[in-house]
Amino acid sequence: MSRIKKWLLSISPSLIAILSGIFAGFIILLISNPASAFNGLVVILKGGWNNGMKGLGQVLYYATPIILTGLSVGFAFKTGMFNIGASGQLVVGALMSIYVGINWTFLPGHLHWIVAMLMGTLAGMVWGMLVGLLKAYRNVNEVISAIMFNYIGMYGVNYLIKSSDTMYDILRNQTVNVAKNAVIPKAGLDNIFYIVKGRFHDASSVNGGILIAVLIAILIYIMINKTAFGYELRACGYNRHASRYAGINEKKAIVASMSIAGALSGVAGALMYLAPSTGMHIHVTEVLASEGFNGIAVALLGMSNPIGIIFAGLFIAHITVGGAFLQSLGYMKEVIDVIVGLIIYFSAFSLLMRDVMTSIRRKHGRKVLNTEGKEAKC
Amino acid sequence: MDTIYFLVQQMMFFSIPLLIVALGGMFSERSGVVNIALEGIMVAGAFCSIFFISKMQHIMSGQVLLLLAILIAAVSGVLFSLLHAYASINLRSDQTISGTALNMIAPAAAIYLARTLQPNGVQQILFTNTFRINKVPVLGDIPVLGPMFFQNSYITTYIGLVIFLVSAVVLYKTRFGLRLRACGEHPQAADSVGINVYKMRYAGVLLSGALAGLGGLVYVIPISTNFNATVSGYGFLALAVLIFGQWTPKGIFFAALFFGGMKAIASSYSGIPFLQNLGIPSDIYKMIPYIATLTVLAFSSKKSQAPRASGVPYDKGLR
Repeated sequence: MSRIKKWLLSISPSLIAILSGIFAGFIILLISNPASAFNGLVVILKGGWNNGMKGLGQVLYYATPIILTGLSVGFAFKTGMFNIGASGQLVVGALMSIYVGINWTFLPGHLHWIVAMLMGTLAGMVWGMLVGLLKAYRNVNEVISAIMFNYIGMYGVNYLIKSSDTMYDILRNQTVNVAKNAVIPKAGLDNIFYIVKGRFHDASSVNGGILIAVLIAILIYIMINKTAFGYELRACGYNRHASRYAGINEKKAIVASMSIAGALSGVAGALMYLAPSTGMHIHVTEVLASEGFNGIAVALLGMSNPIGIIFAGLFIAHITVGGAFLQSLGYMKEVIDVIVGLIIYFSAFSLLMRDVMTSIRRKHGRKVLNTEGKEAKC
Repeated sequence: MDTIYFLVQQMMFFSIPLLIVALGGMFSERSGVVNIALEGIMVAGAFCSIFFISKMQHIMSGQVLLLLAILIAAVSGVLFSLLHAYASINLRSDQTISGTALNMIAPAAAIYLARTLQPNGVQQILFTNTFRINKVPVLGDIPVLGPMFFQNSYITTYIGLVIFLVSAVVLYKTRFGLRLRACGEHPQAADSVGINVYKMRYAGVLLSGALAGLGGLVYVIPISTNFNATVSGYGFLALAVLIFGQWTPKGIFFAALFFGGMKAIASSYSGIPFLQNLGIPSDIYKMIPYIATLTVLAFSSKKSQAPRASGVPYDKGLR
């Protein structure tokens, strides 16, 4: 009983943030067009279910990159760093994996997509490590440098694509298809998540990426909670000076933490762009990848817990897919982005609410203890 | 000579919004509140004022309309920044997170509102540019300086320069400025001599809201005839300007000119033979401001000039 209570209390800030965000979204719908606001809310909450198994597959597909960027942001949080640079790390990783996916055709079979993914991971890692190095050795605020690296990454990627002979599709202003072998396998998921359209199976875009993402989340959970290395990183997050006193090299911890955070965003980019059936294309525009910022929402909602982040990622993907069906009611799907933003806003201070709640409970508990004696202890 | 005139005119278009927004950021950070929501506030200000222009341009035009729009931009910026002020001052929440939230809400809300309010669900808000001043009387005829600063210009350029001068005076020569800076350096000490830290921080954030909102409008007007729910990272670039300028008005002024110059070159170098021959692609010019900021940060952060209490919520109980 008390364990469930404890668990509920620990996720209550996220639940409060989600409920407040959705309530605010409902009010927006109500103001835009009161007649179908309630139906609109239902459509948002139904999310993927609006389109049967295919819709659920889409949820998994959208969840893949934001679970990973959420892990990236959440992992950095654990070491007391705010990784707002997931967007840049993601696009750098994506470019690297696309480069390998297009050019390294000498790699046989499954090896091709695996190497492409690993190279993307490595590129993201380097991009994150730079932020960590600047923070550890030059005392540069990681938020500011990560923002700068987001833009350097974006312009750099655009430049590299445009100046490449093999990658650039001038007509469509984007990258060309990756090789068949570089595409991440469907892992049989297309046989589960589809709807029947006449004689055809209309499969969703989901692929093996979601399995990789969940696997990585579990690995990160183990690394943070069950290893000495993870313990050191967390110790630095709690109190940098105390952990230095305890003999932990806090500079190394900062660099390691940002490198891993970058690597996680790099995988996100790789999984996102090595997608069936021809690979997604990086479009040459001057817009930061939104998955990086959604990762912040996911990490906050998941309370930086890798397992929580899986569910938070699924939830954000769920309402995003739901938003696409709002169009039929005459609402614009961007209301979902507003809701996600509001959820971040509310979660910024819902942690505070929990503290207030615990202190009220404690005060209340003490009062009960005074008046009723020992009975109140349970 | 004409190319130089053209480049300087272009540079002003890009520099002035950076100057205004970075000065806004300066007021906020000097009061002790980190404001990475500048980008979102710019979008909010630009959206409200451009929407106002698009609705009113049948009734009025020219400088009157622009001045009214400027007022709307500043007011909407203030209202939007209230969200950030409330979260980071009253609720003492993480200022970076609340700022990030605002950055996500503003463009999404701008697209949602534009598509809901306009027929056919169109996202872009179109407007007719009736604000350009071909030549300022008398001043426009001055040799060299005339064509650079007083031809093909906008009233917003001069407003931006006035804001710069006023900001410098307010920050260093008034009681308000002294108190604001005190709250950013050591709020406990400021509180102990009777300054209301919460009030000063509200003033800082709301000032940054007004200036960032205004900056959004100033950014869109000279370079476009529609607003597409984005200010293309200008809020973040303004943050870079603020740091590059080391949180002082004078530094911000020169940083804004430098960054604006880079932007101007990136956007117009293909028409200038000299720059074309250098063969440096526009993406590189666009990267330079960010790389320059990182370099400055790498060499100055050990003894950073940043306001000491910036980003730390003020808790009266910790006095």
